[in-house]
Amino acid sequence: MSKALDLITRVRGVRGAMLVSTEDGLVVAEQLMEGIKGGAVAALAASLAGRLGRAMEAAGTGTSVFWHLQAEQGALLVVPGDASGGILVVAVAEPDVNIGLVRLELLRAAEAVV
Amino acid sequence: MADEIRALSAQLAQDPQSLVFLRLGEALRRKGQLDAALRVAVNGLERHPHLADAHDLYARILTDKHDYARAFDEWDMAVRIAPHHTGALKGLAFLYFKVGDVAQAEAHLEQARKVEPDDPSIDQAIVMMRKGAAPPAPEPSAAPSPPAAAVSPAAASSALDEARVFAGLEGANEGLLLIDGAGRVLGGALKDKAGTDVTDAVAAYLAGVSQEAARTAKLLGLGAWMGLSAEGQNGNVHLAHPTPEALLLVVRERGMPLGRLAILAQRATLMARRWLEKQ
Repeated sequence: MSKALDLITRVRGVRGAMLVSTEDGLVVAEQLMEGIKGGAVAALAASLAGRLGRAMEAAGTGTSVFWHLQAEQGALLVVPGDASGGILVVAVAEPDVNIGLVRLELLRAAEAVV
Repeated sequence: MADEIRALSAQLAQDPQSLVFLRLGEALRRKGQLDAALRVAVNGLERHPHLADAHDLYARILTDKHDYARAFDEWDMAVRIAPHHTGALKGLAFLYFKVGDVAQAEAHLEQARKVEPDDPSIDQAIVMMRKGAAPPAPEPSAAPSPPAAAVSPAAASSALDEARVFAGLEGANEGLLLIDGAGRVLGGALKDKAGTDVTDAVAAYLAGVSQEAARTAKLLGLGAWMGLSAEGQNGNVHLAHPTPEALLLVVRERGMPLGRLAILAQRATLMARRWLEKQ
């Protein structure tokens, strides 16, 4: 699992990565920079992923493959658990990170986790 | 050139996920086969929606087709994905110059020069522009010159999208939905592919998302959240918050790249904000 996280954290601009259980929002593995409250972020990310996933299914867009939350000073990037056997793959990144590259590594990590 | 196109087409057919579409699209563009190039670029973007080079290719083809508004959006998206993408920076400079915004054009070329200080074409473009001549379009093709009276890309794009977005906010089925913090529908409507009205169901699931996104961003020390883009198997969505409590959802088919969706959502957000202020 740490190998999967290595794939993500080696991307320039990524401040940390986590594997989170979609079922209960608990951290399965993490590589985070100091100061990031992994447990709380995991719980919120899992909750957000659940709501978003259900809304997308209802809207007819199908299962969510990838999403990212853009904020003033960074981004939260997530590959939901359907692709990784109930494990949410999460990255926290700087605002100028290459989103395409992080997305690619998150998807690879999700495959590696399964 | 024809052999190259055949070979690249064969490679792409063998491995549709590969990035060879970038070379094929560019080869077709250079040959002037713009419709074919466009199809290749759009298919590539569907598979690689976050690839800045794909947006750059699409923008160059659109520029050759004189579709400056969409080209502007695509280069803008390329820069959002990869802020140091010099091709996109040069493309934006070219389009800004075309609409007479020399200051923005020069600013974008200066940004490109910071990234690639040894690229002589950037210095040349800056010199040309200061003399009042248009800088060359990035990777120029044999396409005819654009018309002199090109409209502002932003204005043209806005005019194209505004009616649809407005219609959506008025309740038409345009894949736009505006809800309050409790999940009550304020405007717009959503139907699934079967034509069933799913407005209330989606609104209910989204209740509280705005507050949760705000808490997550705050907890991470990321400041205020600005938007949430999501890629689905059959479609893409973008969430924005016109006010701290309200939430705007834009749903489009998967063919629309997330970046373009975000730009559309920005416009819809402005309209929703104005609409909410009038209530």
